[in-house]
Amino acid sequence: MTNLNSALPPLTEQITLLRWLRKNLFGSWYDALLTVLGLWIAYWAVKGFLTWAFTAAKWDVIILNLRLIMIGQYPLEQTGRLWLWLAFLVLLSGSSTGIWARESKYAAVVFLLPGLLALLPFSTEPRVWLVALTAIGLAGWVIGRAKPEILKRGVIAGWVISLPVIILLTHGFSESGTGFWAVAKTTLWGGLLLTFLLTVVAILFSFPLGVLLALGRRSELPIVRWFSVAYIELVRGVPLITILFMAQLMLPLFLPEGLTIDRVLRAMVGITLFSAAYLAENVRGGLQAIPRGQFEAAHALGLNSAQTMVFIILPQALRLIIPILAGQFIAVFKDTALVAIVGLFDLVGIGKTVLAQPDFIGLQREVYAFISLIYWVLSYGMSHLSQRLEERLGVGKR
Amino acid sequence: MNQSAETIISVQNVHKWYGDYHALKGVSMEVKKREVIVIFGPSGSGKSTFIRTINRLEEHQRGKIVVDGIELSHDIRNIEQVRMETGMVFQQFNLFPHLTVMQNITLAPIQVRKWPKQKAEEIAMQLLERVGIPEQAHKYPGQLSGGQQQRVAIARSLAMQPKIMLFDEPTSALDPEMIKEVLDVMIELAKSGMTMLVVTHEMGFARAVADRMFFFDQGQIVESGTPEDIFRNPKEERTELFLSQILSH
Ligand SMILES: Nc1ncnc2c1ncn2[C@@H]1O[C@H](COP(=O)(O)OP(=O)(O)OP(=O)(O)O)[C@@H](O)[C@H]1O
Ligand SMILES: [Mg+2]
Repeated sequence: MTNLNSALPPLTEQITLLRWLRKNLFGSWYDALLTVLGLWIAYWAVKGFLTWAFTAAKWDVIILNLRLIMIGQYPLEQTGRLWLWLAFLVLLSGSSTGIWARESKYAAVVFLLPGLLALLPFSTEPRVWLVALTAIGLAGWVIGRAKPEILKRGVIAGWVISLPVIILLTHGFSESGTGFWAVAKTTLWGGLLLTFLLTVVAILFSFPLGVLLALGRRSELPIVRWFSVAYIELVRGVPLITILFMAQLMLPLFLPEGLTIDRVLRAMVGITLFSAAYLAENVRGGLQAIPRGQFEAAHALGLNSAQTMVFIILPQALRLIIPILAGQFIAVFKDTALVAIVGLFDLVGIGKTVLAQPDFIGLQREVYAFISLIYWVLSYGMSHLSQRLEERLGVGKR
Repeated sequence: MNQSAETIISVQNVHKWYGDYHALKGVSMEVKKREVIVIFGPSGSGKSTFIRTINRLEEHQRGKIVVDGIELSHDIRNIEQVRMETGMVFQQFNLFPHLTVMQNITLAPIQVRKWPKQKAEEIAMQLLERVGIPEQAHKYPGQLSGGQQQRVAIARSLAMQPKIMLFDEPTSALDPEMIKEVLDVMIELAKSGMTMLVVTHEMGFARAVADRMFFFDQGQIVESGTPEDIFRNPKEERTELFLSQILSH
């Protein structure tokens, strides 16, 4: 009985809690009704899901196919290369957190995540790597905090070369066909690995392209302006899936005999071109929000148009649209799922192949619930990151 | 001869239209080195338009403007040249909100004049001391008062070491108690020998440092003369009426 007492909050807090409940949830009779109704619906939904998840669901399908879901048919012999670039990314993230988010002491908690994942039923090798990732992330964080000024340049350089490093390691370069450095054909890339690569490439390339198109749309040169407008309106007028189909099916018709472009590359190009058109419009919105006085002050100081854009206008415009950009990048991430329809094995595509195996027929719920969870965790991560960025860059504004 | 050698701004019969609206109707003005010119007149008379044609923030359609021996035309190199030699201070300050005070001041010297960062920062510090706010160097514009922001804007223009300074109603967006701190900086600048064109209705400033005053109305210069002439015996009725209006409060 004493236990129960000590578990209750002190009296004053109880009162404020009651007050809060009253004010926010039971302010009037319809508030009360909505609260009760909402709780009831939430209860049934959660109860139904949890009952299924813990009693009926056959999670074996995930455990047995985890490797497939993560990296598709990527050759076992070369998987170490993926861990290598993952470790590189974690190192960069760790030191970046240490350098640029010094004041948030708990930021390093994220790097415990891989270590926690190691508790799941993996085989030995991934477990070792996951624990190593946590160690690397924390080490990077500690070093970054200790020597921010010295490391800054190196870390930025690291981020700049990170995409080429990732692609090179994933692809490999030895033509011999076997061994650790052998080329891993893109047809074997799949699962989260493929989704990740499609997303990163599309975001990194559509961003500059979108900014250029936005600037082009405001250009004083008619040809540049017309081209930008035509491109943006054309691409925004069609669904992504048609662009992907065109890239996969129609592009080969235009290419000279014998020249084939990799299917994964074609998907990357398609998504990039699609996303750039939307980005251009968002960036244009940001540009329009910058007062004329900023251009005038910059010009009056002797800055030319390019310098004015780079140093004065774009930094302000892009900062204004961070939430919109984050939303769009999350949309790109999820839109990559459409490549499953044109026959690539991204998260969704690989999900379909898993379900096509005779052993796992009828387990759609388990597979798609798990895939959704992956999408959600990563989307939420991006959203969270953008909010931190927004707070950080908000310094001194206004 | 000697006189023309000293001329730094020459404006001859300049016309400017906004669409159909005739904003400047044949304005001419010769400004000599080290002169301080005050421009005043009713709202909409074309004062801003005029002063902004001098660094080509507005394009004139007829007439001729020569600044420091460079004629303003469509040639972008001439325009950039003139802008390097002229500083401009705006009514709304127009500081860059995403940059610190120090970065606001050093950006153009580093990017346009190609000075090394260290030299630019040294000069910026000297200028901040000159305008009386060295302790604000690492704040953002949004953290400063209006008067402080306008003084930063002046320092930012001066950092390019211009030969001419243009001011478009630099104190009209300020609270009364901050006007003086900005005017003091401008008076000091005038006394140091800077060539200045100032659109303002601060007649105390005009009396203290103006060499000549120009009264604008309806896109034209109605009257010009020394402050003595203008205040004691204005020739035009419109000038007299306008002065009596602004001096009465
Ligand atoms: N961008 C523009 N487009 C169209 N008309 C304009 C533009 N800028 C100014 N005008 C017009 O030109 C005239 C002169 O404007 P200007 O800003 O030069 O006046 P001003 O003397 O500076 O007035 P104020 O004391 O209000 O600042 C005004 O009638 C104004 O409406
Ligand atoms: Mg004006």
